[in-house]
Amino acid sequence: MSKPTIIVVGNGMVGYKFCEKLVAKSSAFNIIVFGEEPRRAYDRVHLSEYFAGKSADDLSMSSASWYADHDIQLHLDDPIQEINRANKTIHSLKGITLGYDYLVLATGSSAFVPDIPGIEKEGVFVYRTIEDLELIKAYAINAKNGAVMGGGLLGLEAAKALIDLGIKQTHVIEFAPRLMPRQIDTAGSAMLQSKLSALGLNIHLNKSTACIAGDHKIEALQFNDDTLLAVDMLVISAGIRPRDELAKLAGLQVGTRGGIMVNERMQTSDDAIFAIGECALYDNMIYGLVAPGYEMAEVVVAQLIGTDKAFHSFDMSTKLKLIGVDVASFGDAFIAEPACRTIVFEDTHKGVYKRINISNDGKLLLGGILVGDADAYNILLQTVNNKIALPPNPEDMILGLRGGEQSEGAGVMSLPDDALICSCEAVSKGTICGVVNDGATSLDTIKKCTRAGTGCGGCMPMVKDLLAGTMKANGQYIKNVVCEHFDYSRQELYDLVKINKLKNYDLVLDHFGKGDGCETCKPLVASILSSLWNDLIVKQETIQDSNDRYLANIQKGGTYSVVPRIPGGEITPEKLIAIGQVAQKYGLYTKITGGQRIDLFGAHVSDLPLIWEELIDAGFESGHAYGKALRTVKSCVGSTWCRFGLHDSVSFAIEIEERYKGLRSPHKLKGGVSGCIRECAEAQSKDFGIIATEKGWNLYICGNGGSKPQHAQLLAADIDSKMLIKYLDRFLMFYIKTADPLTRTATWLNKMEGGMSYLKNVIINDSLGIAEQLEEEMQLLVDSFHCEWKEVVNNPALRSRFTHFVNAPGEKDPTVKFEGMREQVKAVW
Amino acid sequence: METIIDIEWVLACYVDDVPENGGVCMKHGHEQIAIYNFSRRGEWYATQNLCPHKQQMSLSRGMIGSAGEACEPKVACPFHKKTFSLLSGECLSGDDYKIKTYPVKVTDGMVYVGVA
Repeated sequence: MSKPTIIVVGNGMVGYKFCEKLVAKSSAFNIIVFGEEPRRAYDRVHLSEYFAGKSADDLSMSSASWYADHDIQLHLDDPIQEINRANKTIHSLKGITLGYDYLVLATGSSAFVPDIPGIEKEGVFVYRTIEDLELIKAYAINAKNGAVMGGGLLGLEAAKALIDLGIKQTHVIEFAPRLMPRQIDTAGSAMLQSKLSALGLNIHLNKSTACIAGDHKIEALQFNDDTLLAVDMLVISAGIRPRDELAKLAGLQVGTRGGIMVNERMQTSDDAIFAIGECALYDNMIYGLVAPGYEMAEVVVAQLIGTDKAFHSFDMSTKLKLIGVDVASFGDAFIAEPACRTIVFEDTHKGVYKRINISNDGKLLLGGILVGDADAYNILLQTVNNKIALPPNPEDMILGLRGGEQSEGAGVMSLPDDALICSCEAVSKGTICGVVNDGATSLDTIKKCTRAGTGCGGCMPMVKDLLAGTMKANGQYIKNVVCEHFDYSRQELYDLVKINKLKNYDLVLDHFGKGDGCETCKPLVASILSSLWNDLIVKQETIQDSNDRYLANIQKGGTYSVVPRIPGGEITPEKLIAIGQVAQKYGLYTKITGGQRIDLFGAHVSDLPLIWEELIDAGFESGHAYGKALRTVKSCVGSTWCRFGLHDSVSFAIEIEERYKGLRSPHKLKGGVSGCIRECAEAQSKDFGIIATEKGWNLYICGNGGSKPQHAQLLAADIDSKMLIKYLDRFLMFYIKTADPLTRTATWLNKMEGGMSYLKNVIINDSLGIAEQLEEEMQLLVDSFHCEWKEVVNNPALRSRFTHFVNAPGEKDPTVKFEGMREQVKAVW
Repeated sequence: METIIDIEWVLACYVDDVPENGGVCMKHGHEQIAIYNFSRRGEWYATQNLCPHKQQMSLSRGMIGSAGEACEPKVACPFHKKTFSLLSGECLSGDDYKIKTYPVKVTDGMVYVGVA
């Protein structure tokens, strides 16, 4: 007997998820999918990331071969035109006629376009598909002002897209008196509005558009209050309209305001035809989120394989980040007094608004709204859904435990087993803890076994807490070990390697590890070996991260960038010319870096030794920009030229950079020297910062720029150069010996018991009695410095490794392509 | 029934051309194939050079190693550390990607890759 045929109409997120769920449960069906768009189902939820640099392929829900791998026939760019219910056949645009046993309509929705005069004008777009985005992108090149019609969730996403496209003035026009009227209340909207305005978005509420003015293309929006807003383009995102036209044509029942009517089993008025996702109307409601769509897909799969499952009204709680601002609403967000009691927390300084609605007896949480800070969302939602009794002071739930030590992790562990953790994939706490009890010890394994966290990813912090909590409950010792191959921390391994005088990775693995190593322990051991013995790293090239293996930074498209060392940022005209000539000869993009040197991008791997040969001839050395090593010591111009300068900061910066150049450490190291308190070298944002005083130098340590900026803290004041270098030797060596892998000095200090006073005691008062040893170890590294590039350039065997094709060494990677940008090149990929 | 597939063995390089416990990239027509010398285990593997995650020609420059109790041989893409089994080509970092693998044989110091 041949397999029953299921035809899926529509290849969106829900249509795809239906196929994924069905093939996971049964192979008893012949599945055929028709999609209207030219590409495979993609992640529409994260559509705006397309403008932020993600490609269509990044957004794709599956790999190119997924459908074929699962014996699913996929017809793209071919919408179904007609359903013949009597004969049980469908007919497609390209002329395919096929019979079905079951039909699944997953036709989704289209953008709702209001009937406003002038809406057909050039420069008016909808925001729905990748094709829409491409049209918007092309038009935006010549647009200065843009508007989005609709201040809901999708409208704000579209506004973010316009900002990402470089539109200078972006406006949001909303008909209602508040933003995101379905999710948040007036006070929440006001907070969101002030945050978004601060980010440069112009928000107009209570505005209804009368017509779109302009000759043949849009020039302005004319509002009903007789005001005018000049814009070059308009994106309409004023809601969705279910795609029910095919169902209507086939005589299926549809709602008066659109949507294919379905029962709790997702059956339409024809029981061989199901409808799921945004085209389905259940209980007079269209569900415009992806999680209920997935649940509907699950329900249909259950019917087909003969189990029982029904769809019930779905929790529409949601948390998202809009243009960098957290917004969440959960449970019954809008219920108001006297039906409940509300607790509101508002901080206009930080832009945070939180509201929770609790039952009149104070026992249960009913719902709430979070704007600006939604960290508590997961636990609040769980409290609502599982009817967990509220603590005696419910305000703790939004204010946090003040002074207490209890973490959110404990909260997650106290949830009942059937608490839904991942709502996209419907995974419960019990399921997740179950796989941990069965031996899963990593997030990857949990993702693979349960699919939790593979949708929107919002539940990952809870999954992580469950993993840690369950392992702890089982008495499994969570030790800060390097990876599965070494049962030691970095610090332990450092000492073991040192005491046993091990000089290569394989020896370390044989002595203290198991298995064959991995991408975590190999570079870690490589870094320890360098910090201890300072051997040439390319001698053990295959345990280095790609950047260290090729002594250059790998960039998009697979080319590398080259950064010669320019100590203290001081460079002669001759050397500048030499860099220019090299860049010109090898077609490299050049940019000044934040560390006062010059980065040359776009070098083919085979050109690297040639480029460096010329740079070395011109007197340059490796800048170690590719390594977890000392990068730069930035300086201001200092007393030699500056009328405010107290000491010669440039000379001192050069001395220090020359001393520590090539020093390998757990993470990169940056320094700075300022010639006076004006701090032009921004030394306090560096791992070590030095500022001139009337009497000498102040030394600051453990500062950090990056995503979590932190000012460096004063270690010693008014010391002379000699003492300063002693302290720096001790500090850097102590860091190298004791820090966890990939931990910057700031994080290292933050985690250190006793903090800065302990560190001061070690470095200045020598409380551990190791100061002299630290200085000696550092001196050894300083004395054994070598320019890695010089060694490679002069060693034919090492040089020969710098090729792309082993069997065609002269050929460059043909997939590397460049295009022009402001008279230079950039990678196309 | 046994299916016999004709494998064409293409000469890639000398054994010495491939670093110990590392990889190189071979050009085969328009294809790029990564070849790995897993010398710690005395094994050789080959896969497509393209990492399916961000479409970068990069796997031959990745670090190799093993995963799990069974010591599944694997390679990690240098771009974002997605890891793939050298035996099955499956992605071991929880994603749905799969890469193509090729048989390798070493004769008289020469490395050959089998293309179907």
